Formats: sequence, structure tokens, C-alpha cells
Amino acid sequence: MLSIKELRVSIEQKSILNGLNLEIGSGEVHAIMGPNGSGKSTLSQVLAGREDYLVSGGEVLFDGLDLLALETEERAHAGLFLGMQYPVELPGVNNMTFIRESLNALRRARGEPELDAADFLRRVREQAQLVGLDQALLKRGVNEGFSGGEKKRNEILQMAMLQPKLAILDETDSGLDIDALRVIAGGVNGLRAADRSIIVITHYQRLLDYIEPDRVHVLVGGRIVRSGDKQLALELEQRGYGWLDEAAA
Amino acid sequence: MNATENRVTKLVQKEYEHGFTTELETDTLPPGLSEETIRQISARKNEPEWLLEARLKAYRHWLNMSDPEWAHVKHPPIDYQAISYYSAPKKRGKGPKSLDEVDPALIAAYHKLGIPLQEQKALAGVAVDAVFDSVSIATTFREPLAKAGVIFCSFSEAVQDHPDLVRSYFGSVVPYTDNYYACLNAAVFSDGTFVYIPKGVRCPMELSTYFRINEANTGQFERTLIVAEAGSYVSYLEGCTAPKRDDNQLHAAVVELVALADARIKYSTVQNWYPGDAEGRGGIYNFVTKRGDCRGDRSHISWTQVETGSAITWKYPSCILRGDGARGEFYSVAVTRGSQQADTGTKMIHMGRNTKSTIVSKGISAGLGQNTYRGLVRMTPKAENARNHTQCDSLLIGDKCGAHTFPYIEVKNPSAKVEHEATTSRIGDDQLFYCRQRGLSEENAVSMIVNGFCKEVFRELPMEFAVEAQKLLDLTLEGAVG
Repeated sequence: MLSIKELRVSIEQKSILNGLNLEIGSGEVHAIMGPNGSGKSTLSQVLAGREDYLVSGGEVLFDGLDLLALETEERAHAGLFLGMQYPVELPGVNNMTFIRESLNALRRARGEPELDAADFLRRVREQAQLVGLDQALLKRGVNEGFSGGEKKRNEILQMAMLQPKLAILDETDSGLDIDALRVIAGGVNGLRAADRSIIVITHYQRLLDYIEPDRVHVLVGGRIVRSGDKQLALELEQRGYGWLDEAAA
Repeated sequence: MNATENRVTKLVQKEYEHGFTTELETDTLPPGLSEETIRQISARKNEPEWLLEARLKAYRHWLNMSDPEWAHVKHPPIDYQAISYYSAPKKRGKGPKSLDEVDPALIAAYHKLGIPLQEQKALAGVAVDAVFDSVSIATTFREPLAKAGVIFCSFSEAVQDHPDLVRSYFGSVVPYTDNYYACLNAAVFSDGTFVYIPKGVRCPMELSTYFRINEANTGQFERTLIVAEAGSYVSYLEGCTAPKRDDNQLHAAVVELVALADARIKYSTVQNWYPGDAEGRGGIYNFVTKRGDCRGDRSHISWTQVETGSAITWKYPSCILRGDGARGEFYSVAVTRGSQQADTGTKMIHMGRNTKSTIVSKGISAGLGQNTYRGLVRMTPKAENARNHTQCDSLLIGDKCGAHTFPYIEVKNPSAKVEHEATTSRIGDDQLFYCRQRGLSEENAVSMIVNGFCKEVFRELPMEFAVEAQKLLDLTLEGAVG
């Protein structure tokens, strides 16, 4: 599904990713952990097509496509979804309209007919209920005045509606209380499927109590320094990242 | 400038859609302004003596006035002797205008603008007065309106057919001494629309005027007067376009609204005059005085405007809240791009008790556009318990444009309450990235964000107009990204 080889990325001449390698198979859930500033968010932004970063080397294949050659929206059309760490507000842009426009943009790009209004409405209401998003928020501006938790639920709602092939969740757990965390993990688990891969980027092990990853990777200094199964996450919880720094050095 | 902003800035180079000209035989006065010019205009319209006298009085006053310089706009001095003050398509017949007598080229011109003048093809429920350069060429749906007692005709006809009504209200809201351009208008105005809604009548259709400037080197000086008697209601719309020309053209209109007790006037404008080219050559100088007088108790006037055109816009649709419990509203979207300048806003003059006003102004600047909100809220000593809420938001696209806000607040009554909120924001890279990540094109994303920004104003427009305004905004900002 996703194959990253020797990816090198810098921003304002500061190098952030230094030859990162990662392989994710279809249907797999991978967790990427690492200390602050290790390049976790940069990785997710670069994969989604944020323009502020300079890719100076390496390649990324997504479902056979040269991902880095695509525009941001083309990556979305190809099935990539990034659940943002800090979802922005779009004042006055009706949330439901926004989700419908997104969904239809994807469908058009794939040559599928637009979803009819009644079907859409039914589905969005259903999904909103599943992720525990108050129906009233569907009628508000996108994320406008939403609490931190509501914003994250809205991201998961969009993920559920857009049905991506690859979902990257960038610190979706940050700032959530345990109940919200459970609901969101439930939403993610509900989307696990043989033809869908998920990358969960997180700072803490606790999210992985609810979303059980197939693989755990540790990102330090812009490279994956260690990979393992979920035991690795538990080890990190106990020992921190310091010992890996030494190992990487 | 980063990549996104660079792309956003390109959004500004959209061609003007209505820039065509219509070839016609015209009756055009040579350029120049003098008492003789005014006598000629008046004679062509067969005006009564009192009106000619009123014009001359205004002209003499105007000679002693000078151009206002306080607005946040820049333009070379206007040569008032270089403008033609009257241009009309030659009439084919005499007597009352029926559509058969209107030059087919004119009907075609309006058709091209999307305004069919044949009633069977018109938008159901919207009556149109078509003003072309200096004259009204047709007014539709007059008969069904007359049945309801509504008078809807050109200003010139009103002078002939309803002289007493015109005389008692003309200049009663905007006196000729009001300001430089209003004074000039009082001297040289040529045509416009007259609306009268009798007591207790709810006007059965939307009324509208479509203003078109066609002839080169002419100014358009129209005059609109709307009188709503006690307990009546009317919704009125105006639209404006002009051909592309390299010279600037002056449009100095005056609009007067009078609302008596419990009357309601809803006045909506979609202004799309030619804005000039990317280098700032040409375009209309839109120097307009609009004012509503809420004379009666509980009367209610709302101004809604979407200003996307003109090289320079200078207008402040205002409300004088004279009656107790009167309400005034001003909803505005002003877009400046390329080298456009806009200095616009409103005045809310609270005189009655328990009067209430609402101001929502949305300024959008792109390219080198300069957008200024200027507003006055005055609570006079008698305005017991008066209320005002002002919300003034600016949206910047790119980094070479400007947004300016000049609120003037005068409170002379301690029980009055005035609230002012202002924000300035930029279409952020984060917002665009977010939308594109969800599969929307950048252009679509900008359109959504801008429309979201303007939503509070658009929902005040009558439905047909809201759709039109949204399309216009999309066209105006198309290519700002991409």
C-alpha cells in the first residue's frame, strides 16, 4: 500500500527527515511513536502534500503511484486521508456541505456518480452518531467554535465518510479525555479493513491500548530507529526514548 | 511570498464579463457643464418649471463646493467639462413606451446581460426598470402592479404623471446641499426609478432596476425615490454593469427612501460596474449617496449590498431612525481586487426612542485592492434606549492588499448601547491545505471560504439575487488561485 524509501525532507534549510524507510501493507495498522521534534508530523504533512517542505531525496509509492508527484487534492482523490493534529476552522462553511463537497469531489475524480442528497444525509447522521458528534455540529461552520475533542471527532467522521485507502492520524489522541479516546478508537477500529491501511502517529502509548497496531515504529532524529510489535510500545512507555537515542547514535 | 499566496494572488486576473458595447443611434449632449446644459436636459424631459429651478439652484451651490478629500481613495482630479451629461438611445416612437417601440438592439443588450425585458421570459415575480445611460427604456409588469396601487415607473415619467408625489419627497432625504456628488446629481440627474407603495400594501412582486452605462465619455446620474406609506412593504433590487473602456466614467447617483409608520423597505444592490483593467486603467467611479429616512414609528429599512465592481466605490447607504422603534440595517460585502478601491460603509442616525440598528460589513481584498469600511453611529440626545450592533470583518487574499476600518461613534444619550466588533483575517495556508487534503481544488476551497465569510450578508438577499451574488463572487475571485 505504502512504500517509503530513503525519504529526506527539510524546511528552511533545516533537515527533518534523514533517509526514512517504511513499508505498510494492505489492511495493516502501524503506529509511529517518537519524542517531540523527531519528525512525526513532518512525515504526515509531507505525505499529504503540504507545500512548505522541501523533499530533497527518496521516493514514496502509494498504491503503485508516485505519491510525491501528485498535488495535495490528487493524493486525496487517490485515497489518502490525513486526520490533522490541529484541524482548522472554516467560519461560515457549513460542516455538512463541506463533507458532501469533499465526498463528491473524490467521487467525481474517480468517475463515480455524486451521492444523492438523501443517501448522504442518512450516512452522515449515522456516522456522526457512531463517533459521538452532536448532530447540531453538522450544521455549524466546519470546526467553528468546536472544542478540541469535537474537532477530533469531526476528523474521524470525515475519515469514516470518505473511506480512504490510507488514513494517517496525526496525534488524534492529544488533548482527549479517556471517554473521547475510546470513542475515537472505536471509530478507527470500525474502519479496519483488508483494503485499508492506517498509520497512527502518537506520543503516548495509551491510545494503543484501544487501537492495537500490527507494527510499532520509533522515529528519532528523522529516521525509524526501531520497529517491532505492540510490545515495543509498552517498552517505550517504561523506558522513554532516551535509550533509543543512544542506540541510534 | 510563499507558494500558496503566490497562487492565491493569481485569482485576481479574471476578465470582466459584461464589457461589451451596444452600437446605437443616440441623442447625446456634447461634453461640458453649464446652466445651458442643465436647461437642455430639463427641456428634453419637458420638466415643470419648479424642477428646472431646483436643478439650477443645486448647480449654483455646487459651483461653490469642492471635491471631498477625506475618503481613503486616490484618483486624478475629474474634469467635469469633459463629461457628457446626457445620452439617450434615439426613440423610435412617441407616447407611452411599449416594448414594441424599444430598439431591438437594446432589448438584445439586456438579454445578453441576463435581463429579459419581455414579461413572459422574465423571472417570475420580478419587475424590471431598465435604465440605459441617461434614460429608462422600459419598465415591465406595470399593469399587475398598478392593480395593487403600486406605482413603478421611470423618474421622468413620475415627474409627468405624479408631480405632486415627486415634489413632496424629492430632495427631502438627501438635500442638494448634502455633499459634492449629491449636489451635482441634483443639478444634472437624468433618469432613474420611482416607486410608491400605498398605505397597507404589500408589493406583490420584487421591484428592480438594472442600470447600464454604454456610451463613452458620459456620466450616469440617476435618481431613485422610493416612498412606502404606512404599513406597506417593498423589496427592491438594483444591478449595474458597464462596457470596458480605458477612460474612467463617473456614476453619481442619489437614492432616497422614505418609510412611514410600520413600513418596511428592503433595498438590495449587486454592483458590478466595470472595475478597470489589471493596471488600473479605466473603470467606473461609483460615487453614490443613498439614504433612507425611517420617518414613521416602527418603520424599518434594510440596505444589503454586494459591491464587486467599479474602479472606486464611495458610498454609505444610511438610515435616519427618526420614528420611535424604527430599525435600520446595513449588510455589505465589498470586494476589491486588481487596483480597485472601495471606501464604503453606512451611517445610522438614531433620533427616535428604542431605535435599533445592525451593521454587518464584510470586506474582501485581493491583489492590490484597498478596502475601507467607514461608518458612523450617532445616538442623539433623544434616542432613549437606542441600540446598535456593528460587526466589521475583513478578509485578505495575498499580501499586497489592504483593509482599513474607520468607525465613528457618537453617543449623546446615556441609555444608548453601541457595540462594535471588528476582525481581520487572511485565507490561511492551513485552511487551503485542509480543504485540498479533503479533495477540493484550491479554487473551490477559496470560493467556499469566501462564501462562508459572506454568508451573513448573502442570506439577507432575495433568493434569485443571492445565487447571482454568489456566482458573481466566484467569477470575481476565479483564478485568484490555480
